[in-house]
Amino acid sequence: MVPAARGGSSPAAMRHLLSVNDLGSEGLKEMMRIADFFVEISTRPIPKVPALRGKTVACAFFEGSTRTRLSFEAAAKRLSADIMSFGASGSSMSKGESLKDTVTTIESLGADVIVVRHASAGVASQVASWVSIPVVNAGDGWHEHPTQALLDCYTIRQALGAESFQGLKVVMVGDLMHSRVARSNVLALSAMGARVNLVAPRTLWPVSLDGWPVEGITCDLDPLLEKADLVYLLRLQTERGAGRLLPSLREYAAMYQLTARRAAMMPKDSLIMHPGPVNRGVEMSSEVAEMPGALVGSQVANGVVVRMAVLYQLLVGGEGVGVLDPTAPDVAPAPAALRSAGVHHGAPGPSDTSSDSTPSTRSTPRTPSTRRSAGA
Amino acid sequence: MPDVLLRGGCVVDANGDRLADVLVRGSEVSAVGKGLLAPQGALVLDVDGCTVSPGLVDLHAHLREPGAEESECVETGTRAAALGGYTAVVVMPNTDPPIDSASMVREMHELRSKSLVEMAVAGAITVGRRGEALAPIGEMASLGVTIFTDDGAGVQDGGLLRAAMEYATGIGVTIAEHCEDASLAAGGAMHEGGWSSVLGLPGAPAVAEEVMVARDLALARVAGARLHLMHLSTAGSIDLVRRARADGVQATAEVSPHHLSLTDEALVSYDTNLKMSPPLRSGGDVDALRAGLVDGVVDAIATDHAPHPAESKEVPFIDAANGVLGLETALALALTMLAGTGAGRRAGRPPGRRSGAGAPACDGPPSSADRLTTYRGAAPASRALSIREVLAVMSWNPARIASLGNTQGGPIVPGAPANICVFDASSSWVVDPARFASRSRNTPFGGWDLTGKVVHTICAGEPVVLYGEAQR
Ligand SMILES: [Zn+2]
Repeated sequence: MVPAARGGSSPAAMRHLLSVNDLGSEGLKEMMRIADFFVEISTRPIPKVPALRGKTVACAFFEGSTRTRLSFEAAAKRLSADIMSFGASGSSMSKGESLKDTVTTIESLGADVIVVRHASAGVASQVASWVSIPVVNAGDGWHEHPTQALLDCYTIRQALGAESFQGLKVVMVGDLMHSRVARSNVLALSAMGARVNLVAPRTLWPVSLDGWPVEGITCDLDPLLEKADLVYLLRLQTERGAGRLLPSLREYAAMYQLTARRAAMMPKDSLIMHPGPVNRGVEMSSEVAEMPGALVGSQVANGVVVRMAVLYQLLVGGEGVGVLDPTAPDVAPAPAALRSAGVHHGAPGPSDTSSDSTPSTRSTPRTPSTRRSAGA
Repeated sequence: MPDVLLRGGCVVDANGDRLADVLVRGSEVSAVGKGLLAPQGALVLDVDGCTVSPGLVDLHAHLREPGAEESECVETGTRAAALGGYTAVVVMPNTDPPIDSASMVREMHELRSKSLVEMAVAGAITVGRRGEALAPIGEMASLGVTIFTDDGAGVQDGGLLRAAMEYATGIGVTIAEHCEDASLAAGGAMHEGGWSSVLGLPGAPAVAEEVMVARDLALARVAGARLHLMHLSTAGSIDLVRRARADGVQATAEVSPHHLSLTDEALVSYDTNLKMSPPLRSGGDVDALRAGLVDGVVDAIATDHAPHPAESKEVPFIDAANGVLGLETALALALTMLAGTGAGRRAGRPPGRRSGAGAPACDGPPSSADRLTTYRGAAPASRALSIREVLAVMSWNPARIASLGNTQGGPIVPGAPANICVFDASSSWVVDPARFASRSRNTPFGGWDLTGKVVHTICAGEPVVLYGEAQR
């Protein structure tokens, strides 16, 4: 839990955030504790700290995503970083310029970290192999979206009021095959101790459950609802309803939409989550979206603080004391929350030892269960 | 051209292995035996400890000329071939424009003046390789073309392929197929399986290859055609060929060095040098390819040498060009991976690690960061190949499939054309792509420590490679 200098042994002494696996359960928890501190900052009259003053955060969004980009930019601003924004359209990234040239140019322009979003899996990893500065994966194709998983975990932790998700029964529903949110969330939730079950029509299952630490997968949603502590609905790209993988959106909705009837089958106080934006009438009905247990909107604010934590950890990490120093101008004295987050002088937190020392023992299924052999 | 005396080597050819000197005069072998005397002015090469074999023959090289000379051309590609021990290459017709007419074949034949090795040309099966209408197979055959393929893609239209097979059979030429059902492989960037699921990359399933192998074998049976199956990559394909051959179908099969050396697990690095079609498959598939070489179902190792400039590879994985260099590493990979001369040890930092693996692995997916990606296993039924068995699949078998038997792959005896490869099977070296003769650098084997080094290559009596250096 003590942030160490880069290359140290702390899980959060990470060089890049490309996958939830770069964090692990320790890193997830530590990142959330750092985010707690930034929540406090966000309530100040001037919600800003000079933590990253003089640093430049480059947002290279090769795939359009206003929400995620704004969230990262807000996080960078609150940390007093300069922002270099790069979008695929209106840039020189036309056919012919290699991705490598583009990102090495961004680095040579003085960026200290690159936040990368791309429609193609693996781009964040490729970028990390080409530049010498940290890289944050803000979503790469069907692969991963680690900060989304981090903010979802943060939201669940808030709702549960618990550090660990031990025993939490999660049902994840939707387009598992094409979803980076599903992949990152399964990794994060299971690392946090949750027991995850997956539900989707057979054509939207992952090709294999290799690397998916889940209890099981099924096509039938209803029987899982009565024990679900959390139902996580994935966004369905509506073009999937065009007939190649699904007969129609109507049929999908009939079988997998979380309706009031289905929500009533869930235990009281269960949570409903969706990464947004919701296709109302497809993944969930409007009624359900308005229910008190539905956490759709509240995630936006959490998105900013967890992204502050990620940028802070990657750019300042273990050396990061001075920036939050009580004597630094325009910063309030570091509150207890910071010390317990282990950011300040690396002092161990007073009360989080037990939850920290319970690493998840969940391991990955090693035998590929391919679609061909998994049986329907 | 001076006479060349190869002194003290071990001659290995289809006739067997023996210690003998070999004297080359003009374009022919003039004497083979112990204690040969060097004629006046002869170049005497001490090849003690080396293997002296018929030159290697590659059934599958993309030399990119004409149309993509920024990647490769006949001169650089055949220089790479000579350095790899090859004395003949069959060039694929997916050039721009494609080799789908007599005039294009003539144009390619004119490029032979730039070639360091014998260059045979494969013609396209269909006009423009579009899979719609038969190319003038007869006219091309009359210029000496013996293999026809739309490589880069298979002929998707079964009716058209059947017609091509029947037509080709009538004039005694071979149809070669890149087996991949386009609808099943659509969008696939790597092998569909556990690793594609972990990596979030769209998969090309093994069945995309196998359904076309099955279809083509069935059509070859009906047409009585000679069918050559290129770069087979799955256990199911090998099984289909094994059964069809037992049934009398005239099918031959090749595999590529990279499919014998790497598995889909290597893709954890998202290194685009690992992107090719067909993709790297599973360990079980690699086992099956190796077993196929052992029991003879697989006739040849062919490089599928596919050069690409950096700008085609330094892009998102899904958008990266398919293909990997092969000519300068094929023999060493085969000797290292198959003949048990070494285990593909790797010098320096292995590729294939997840970038940014500074963070310790945690729970979650296969701690890919800690696993080497070289395929080291071998099927229980498999065994190491002898050097002669490696040469069979890299020299005389491919020479026969390409109908080059008159000049290539034959035993080293007096009167034979002097196409000879001399290599040290126990010399190890580290692959340095910067030193390749190829105009491109797209290899995943950079930094690999391989065993088996080409020393001299003699093409039609001319020493085109001496002491590992190209002579022109
Ligand atoms: Zn091919």
